[in-house]
Amino acid sequence: MKKIIVENLKYKYPLTESLALDNLSFEVEQGEFIGIIGANASGKSTLCQSIVGLVPHFYKGAYGGTVIVDGLKVMDHAVSDIALKVGIVFQNPFNQVTGSKLTVLEEIAFGLENIGVPQTEMLERIETVLELLNIAPYRERHPFDLSGGQMQRMAIASIIAMKPNIIVLDEPTSQLDPEGAEEVFQAIHRLSEQGITVIMVEHKMEKIAHYCNRVMLLQKGKMIDFDTPEKIFSRDDLETYGVTAPVYTRVCKALDLKIPGTDYYPVTLEQASRVLGGKIK
Amino acid sequence: MIKISNLSYAYTKNTPIFSEINLEFDRRSTAIIGQNGAGKTTLAKLLKGLLKPFDGEIMIGQYNVKTVSAAELSKVIGLVFQNPNDQIFKSKVLDEVMFGPLAIKMSESAAKKNALEALELVGLHEQLETNPHDLSLSEKKLLCVAAVVAMDPEIIVFDEPTIGQDYAGKEKIRNIIQVLKKRNKLVMTIIHDMDFVAENFERTIVINEGIVILDGDTRKVFAEREILKHAHVEDPSITQLGKVLGFQETFLTVEEFVQRWKQSQR
Ligand SMILES: Nc1ncnc2c1ncn2[C@@H]1O[C@H](COP(=O)(O)OP(=O)(O)OP(=O)(O)O)[C@@H](O)[C@H]1O
Ligand SMILES: Nc1ncnc2c1ncn2[C@@H]1O[C@H](COP(=O)(O)OP(=O)(O)OP(=O)(O)O)[C@@H](O)[C@H]1O
Ligand SMILES: [Mg+2]
Ligand SMILES: [Mg+2]
Repeated sequence: MKKIIVENLKYKYPLTESLALDNLSFEVEQGEFIGIIGANASGKSTLCQSIVGLVPHFYKGAYGGTVIVDGLKVMDHAVSDIALKVGIVFQNPFNQVTGSKLTVLEEIAFGLENIGVPQTEMLERIETVLELLNIAPYRERHPFDLSGGQMQRMAIASIIAMKPNIIVLDEPTSQLDPEGAEEVFQAIHRLSEQGITVIMVEHKMEKIAHYCNRVMLLQKGKMIDFDTPEKIFSRDDLETYGVTAPVYTRVCKALDLKIPGTDYYPVTLEQASRVLGGKIK
Repeated sequence: MIKISNLSYAYTKNTPIFSEINLEFDRRSTAIIGQNGAGKTTLAKLLKGLLKPFDGEIMIGQYNVKTVSAAELSKVIGLVFQNPNDQIFKSKVLDEVMFGPLAIKMSESAAKKNALEALELVGLHEQLETNPHDLSLSEKKLLCVAAVVAMDPEIIVFDEPTIGQDYAGKEKIRNIIQVLKKRNKLVMTIIHDMDFVAENFERTIVINEGIVILDGDTRKVFAEREILKHAHVEDPSITQLGKVLGFQETFLTVEEFVQRWKQSQR
């Protein structure tokens, strides 16, 4: 089932000259885990906002084309309606905090109360996500007294607790320690296996390559490519789009070793070690 | 250049962040890594005198952080905040970057020269009149880097400079670290990107639960897989590849690996 359908989407912020999104068309199936990559200012966050309806409802500006999310045409529905189906973790965790709640617990409960989750289930869900994101010891802490990474963990926990059908994450692991980043990718991957559709913007190419079904490459609001990680990261013009291939791909490119029987280079540690393995004397 | 002796600190009484730690810094470029909440940002704020130690002493050059004035300290050590919004407060890019130099009594012309040079380094020299709040997160971060570089302190502490940076942005940070190193500055960077650490820092310090559990040559530190794991960090991607393939060496760059691999094929 198609969960996201985008057709000829064009968008320009108010008082700006150029299109932030330039004629995008694509579809995403239920349960897919999609990675979005591209240079700074290429439109990654704007695309995220267009899926949750903040573009155009909150930002205004000039909008063309259609975005249909879980059956809802974004243009015709309020952000609050769309929010019942899609959750978003914003790029800057410093801005995600409501600022009005006194504890981590209240902060996570906020969204759940809004959608009317019953008390007992609410507490259950909160416990689960506190454990999942490893922030249970800080439940009574003031959100602004958390470290940067702990705050980001809280932001992710709040959205996962809402159990949306579609989850959009804009650089969710930028401040996480390596173990935390891996755990978040694993948790999100499990959600996608359970049928939740995931859109994630990330600069960590090794992780994108390992966990995503497909990767979208953006430049100046245009979609340059949308394909498997192997195909995307085997392109030889990546750097002109402001991104690099995973370390494993760069090694194999330098040695000109492709995945046997294909035209593509390895993109994960496993693939690379298979291609390189057994060749060491 | 920095000597930390028996330093203890806690935000709230019963949860100490540091208990009597000792640490020294020389001019080697240094990465500080460790899990979320390990105390990295707290350490940076203690060095900069923004937090007061419970106990112990921090000497920066000949200054004791406890007694020296904030202005005097600013000439010696600069901190680029983890959250750029905590640092930015002017309404124009150029003013933001000139503020620090002027505050430490640099002349108007020297302040402007330093500011323009620093803005060129980070690639914001064409947006002098822009309001910093209209910049994106990655640009704000670069602006904060420029603001500290313009003050020309002996010691510069970056708290997670690569957050949100694309390939070009990371190259800028890499270049800035090199430039500062050539100027004989101590560059200290708190960071979660292990691949970046491997390629850019001579020394790496691993902090875990308020204790320095590894400290030394970056290559030596990244050879200690088990201890790293215990500290909730990991070795760089290229190091992992070498290990999986059974090489004894600890690789830090793609080039090193490729060269060694070719040798192994002869
Ligand atoms: N609120 C806004 N008002 C006006 N222009 C905006 C606004 N937000 C973003 N833009 C512009 O839209 C374009 C796309 O920005 P966007 O934030 O989507 O890029 P991005 O790929 O997410 O970048 P980054 O990697 O820095 O997060 C940029 O040119 C940016 O300057
Ligand atoms: N204002 C505060 N009040 C109480 N506790 C705090 C405060 N600021 C930080 N802490 C706690 O002190 C510990 C160390 O925080 P610090 O910000 O130094 O961590 P960090 O190593 O920089 O983490 P990160 O990698 O997530 O940025 C954390 O457990 C954090 O929750
Ligand atoms: Mg963005
Ligand atoms: Mg920190």
